[in-house]
Amino acid sequence: MNFITASSAIREQRVFQNHHEIFRDTQLVLDDFLLATYQALAIDYPKFYKMDRSSQLGFLASEVLLRENIIQSYSHESVALVLANAHASLDTDLRFYESMKSAASPALFVYTLPNIVAGEISIRNRIKGENAFFVTPAFEPHTMSLYVDTVLEKPQTQACIAGWIDVLHGHYDVFLYLVEKEKRGLSLDHKPEELTTLYQQYYGTVDGRSEKTDH
Amino acid sequence: MEQLMADLKKQIIEALNLKHLKPEDIGDDQPLFVEGLGLDSIDALELIVLLQQKYKVKLANPQDGPTIFKSVKTMAEFIRANQPA
Repeated sequence: MNFITASSAIREQRVFQNHHEIFRDTQLVLDDFLLATYQALAIDYPKFYKMDRSSQLGFLASEVLLRENIIQSYSHESVALVLANAHASLDTDLRFYESMKSAASPALFVYTLPNIVAGEISIRNRIKGENAFFVTPAFEPHTMSLYVDTVLEKPQTQACIAGWIDVLHGHYDVFLYLVEKEKRGLSLDHKPEELTTLYQQYYGTVDGRSEKTDH
Repeated sequence: MEQLMADLKKQIIEALNLKHLKPEDIGDDQPLFVEGLGLDSIDALELIVLLQQKYKVKLANPQDGPTIFKSVKTMAEFIRANQPA
């Protein structure tokens, strides 16, 4: 049995770590909110400014997920990454298409693949383990848990960052979680039912049922 | 020349999404790549596009890139020398 040991989410201009709200600014449009979150988290990583929205969302959610240095004890090769979304890189594809009407932007072009966000998270955290990116109509706990368990069956893999990073036209949904062989942190069984509950609980949180925790 | 360099700094910040910088943070002679602003090869392509779009100047020989994009000042000198009348 593997365990879900940590989670993070970004929804409706609010940022959560293990269901505790750590930042919010619901007045801002997405691009400004992403920048405000980056500043609020006091991150120093200038490449963030060049990322597309999907990578910025994934980067910020991963920073929150891993902010207690919870994967530091693992070798770079033993951490895997399994991500999914519904709209691939369409948000950036459309912006790149628009840029082609004047001059195609090379900086946008490099983000016209959905798995670039996995690369950005890997570079930031020096992750060199297995990675995969799925495009599915909605977050699929059964598919994700099955695949993550398969990855964790390999002796060289000790932990897996997994989740959902979807964005299109300013609408987004980001949910990341860490799965480990060791029981700690949230200590939830890595089963589809638990994953479904965890994912949906963030919607409950967004609906106002959680207590706000100032950053 | 001063105005051109001031314009270039604003345009570089906008084109390369360097939202953490202000024009005054970029020195006229400050290296743009590696140890300076830390720009990369994709940024170099963006600067080529910027020169074509804003100043109608084309980089005929890509090997000249490191010299032309050494700093804001070298970019401005290249524009001055090659901009259509």
